[in-house]
Amino acid sequence: MATVDAVARPQYVRAPRRGPITRLLEDERRLAFCLMLPTIVLLALFIAYPFVKGIELSVTDTTVGVPGKFVGFDNFKKIWSDDIFHIAVWNTCLYTFVTTVFKLALGLWLALLLNRHFKGKAFMRAFILLPFIIPTVLSTFAWKWMFDPTFSVLNWTLWHLGLIHGRINWLGDPSLAMISVIIVNVWRGVPFYAISLLAGLQTISPELHEAAAIDGARAWARFRHVTWPLLLPVTLVIVLFSVIQTFADFQLVYVLTGGGPANATQLFATYAYQLGIGTGLLSQGAAISLAIFPILLLVVIVQLVYIRRAETL
Amino acid sequence: MARVAMRSLNKKYDEVHAVIDVNLDIRDQEFVVLVGPSGCGKTTTLRMVAGLESITSGHISIDETVVNDLPPMDRDIAMVFQNYALYPHMSVYDNMAFGLKMRKFDKPEIAKRVQDAAEILGIEQLLKRKPRQLSGGQRQRVALGRAIVRHPQVFLFDEPLSNLDAKLRVQMRVELKKLHERLGTTAIYVTHDQVEAMTLGDRVVVMRDGRIQQVGDPMELYNEPANRFVAGFIGSPAMNFAAVRIAGANGGLWAESAGIKIKVPARLKDRLDAYADKEVTLGVRPEDLRIASDSDDKDLNFPVTVEVVERLGSEILLDVAVGGTSMVASVEPTATAKVHETLRLAVNPDRIHFFDNETEAAI
Amino acid sequence: MIEGAPWRRWVFFYVPVTGFVVALLFPFYWMIITTIRPDKELYRPWNSVNYNPFWTWQPTLEHVRDLLTTTLFSTWMLNTMIISLAATGISLFCGLLAGYALSRLKFRFAGLIGTGIFITYLVPQTLLFIPLSDIIRNFKLGDSPWALILTYPTFLIPFCTWLLMGYFKSIPKELEECARIDGAPRWKAMLYIIFPVAIPGILSAGIFAFTLSWNEFIYALVFLSSPEQKTVPVGVTSELVRGDVFFWGELMAGALLGSIPVAFVYSFFVEYYVSGITGSVKG
Repeated sequence: MATVDAVARPQYVRAPRRGPITRLLEDERRLAFCLMLPTIVLLALFIAYPFVKGIELSVTDTTVGVPGKFVGFDNFKKIWSDDIFHIAVWNTCLYTFVTTVFKLALGLWLALLLNRHFKGKAFMRAFILLPFIIPTVLSTFAWKWMFDPTFSVLNWTLWHLGLIHGRINWLGDPSLAMISVIIVNVWRGVPFYAISLLAGLQTISPELHEAAAIDGARAWARFRHVTWPLLLPVTLVIVLFSVIQTFADFQLVYVLTGGGPANATQLFATYAYQLGIGTGLLSQGAAISLAIFPILLLVVIVQLVYIRRAETL
Repeated sequence: MARVAMRSLNKKYDEVHAVIDVNLDIRDQEFVVLVGPSGCGKTTTLRMVAGLESITSGHISIDETVVNDLPPMDRDIAMVFQNYALYPHMSVYDNMAFGLKMRKFDKPEIAKRVQDAAEILGIEQLLKRKPRQLSGGQRQRVALGRAIVRHPQVFLFDEPLSNLDAKLRVQMRVELKKLHERLGTTAIYVTHDQVEAMTLGDRVVVMRDGRIQQVGDPMELYNEPANRFVAGFIGSPAMNFAAVRIAGANGGLWAESAGIKIKVPARLKDRLDAYADKEVTLGVRPEDLRIASDSDDKDLNFPVTVEVVERLGSEILLDVAVGGTSMVASVEPTATAKVHETLRLAVNPDRIHFFDNETEAAI
Repeated sequence: MIEGAPWRRWVFFYVPVTGFVVALLFPFYWMIITTIRPDKELYRPWNSVNYNPFWTWQPTLEHVRDLLTTTLFSTWMLNTMIISLAATGISLFCGLLAGYALSRLKFRFAGLIGTGIFITYLVPQTLLFIPLSDIIRNFKLGDSPWALILTYPTFLIPFCTWLLMGYFKSIPKELEECARIDGAPRWKAMLYIIFPVAIPGILSAGIFAFTLSWNEFIYALVFLSSPEQKTVPVGVTSELVRGDVFFWGELMAGALLGSIPVAFVYSFFVEYYVSGITGSVKG
């Protein structure tokens, strides 16, 4: 047995009394319940409930201030035969697809460029994120000013470079409006793609590139066989977020064109706003909003499947 | 008085039965070591005593109080973790004071206790530093200090020395032993290192696959292992095993195999009578084998071929081939033996073990 | 660096990078320049003679002055600041608690709730704004900052929760176990040990939430109607345009000043913001 130093022989101290709430919260499940409660309440009240309400709205004929009665699928039939709705669907898909492709390509290029050590790299990273940080509406106004038919600085530059001879009506010409809107969206999204992809690139160990180089692979081959496959999971996640955001985009188009000219840039969200809030046809607006949902769900599921597949590679 | 008792202790994780029917009585002030290979259930048992794992069946009591449903904070125990688990955002002083603050001690009392503990462990000058500024050994001392300021009823140690380098480990082992002599608190210590078990434990509990294999003081485990697993686990280099057949001849019993023929010592003869003409396992420790001289009793030695000679300075390890198997013998540093040489090894008859091939129990 | 001759460095690196930087930052330069240019310089058609749009020799603060004195801009700034801070606070609170529960506690519906929160993150505001406007009206929250303070967390909480979950997972569980053995009940171990160690994550989540709140538009547009209640994005859009006339000087001044708080916060916490993005993508 151990001998004991008389001075160091300890006194055993009883544990202090604990309040009833502490005792209750000690149970793992009860504590979890209490912790999750605020979140669940908030999300239930302001996401789940509106979602259900939205469905309810879309099957009635409510307008602002006038409660509606049940009309079944009438609203959906109306928008199905609505030409503008078809245009909005087409525009949204086109808009999402084109911007995503460009954002990915340019973002990836920029990420590859930044994935080196050079002076002022931290600075560069910080500044590059600015388009993403600054409130969309405010930077979009700057673009609107840049696109202004009479005072556009872009026109001035292109004219002085000898590339154009008359003015370009960026936002007023139906065939150009979509291009302009796409430009602004890409401008805004490239930094997000670049920084996220950069983070993904930095997780790829340089040893892999070195091994490939020693094996004789040149830059493009290295990219195709080493970088891209390893970057795929991160890329898919980024694209998933971006597609969802872009599909439901509102601010940009609202500020730049309001959906015009002649519905050339009308998107799901802007049309829903126009019908629901602009003209007060709440139910029809709700129907349009809901129409996004199945397509969105499809996109999400497809991407999640791809992500799951890419991760298990 | 802090005794710890475990009765029919079981722990199941879904299908995995991690701890099976553990019964153990730990006496007040005793230093008990739970030892065994990874996955044997020693850490799970320790965590059940700590209250970090729920108990599937059975109970644990500390001093007559059944603690099954008590949360860790109410059990008056302290634990030292393998990774030290120091709170990185607090100074050493605050790390040590945390437990006392939780128990609502007043400031002067806290200061006194922290100071006392710091002196015992020699870390007074580190009190203002943060954990990231300390070396591994220093962090371990702070972890110890955090445990002793509370004067708990039981200390729990979860492989505390595994993260230290070899030299530091030996040093800390000695210090731990001294600490225990000084403080006298009951302690349960988990390790996979049998050297730590032998040197630190008043009693050692060998576990395997969730069950206790043997409980006893170190020498008991060394001299009288209850089964083949304990025999092979305790002691380094490990005990040699050979499959032999028991045969009766010339009025005595012999253990025979392809390269061995040894007479069964008198003290074991009765027990092995039941195994005549059966296969058993012979066990003999390397330190109980020596190079036979001509005057040695031929009934107790056998020929071997030397394969490798390892000179350690204080001893020489001979890796030898015996009739198809290998053995290790530990001989004096002055022995002359060369690779590929054939010589005879003698066994110490008082230190042979036999194990039943089916139950693996010692015969 | 790119291997090889200097010309390769120039073509493949310096030129593209410069191109990106110019393209990405030019609109902000344009914002600043427009703000300080006097009206007579601003309203010159693009193909006038002797016209250099990129610089001004007569900088003026009249647009800023007009913005601050003749419009409700400062009120909008105050509104937006209060709403963003409050929404961030609520979201951090909920996100911390939920993130902790989901990553460190075992309870029956953990997986289901975690997935549920992830899904709500994917539900865009443009899907919910119409029924929500009705609900806000019914709760009598319309046209008050509370409409936004309570609804912004719907898209902030999922993100905060997710980010913080990633952070919590990287904190070794021994820290908590040791705290509990030391005498802390679970909630104190969470509060005094886990949360302080997760402060970098909390900062990341907070900054991200703040910038996202400041940036929100459609809810603010739909739920607020009186000019005094509006936030900066909505105010600038609806009040700085009289009829068909855009007062570009004031507009750009508003855009500039409206961006400053966010840029300011961002500049101090760039690392945290970046790790917020990368954490959410990798998680």
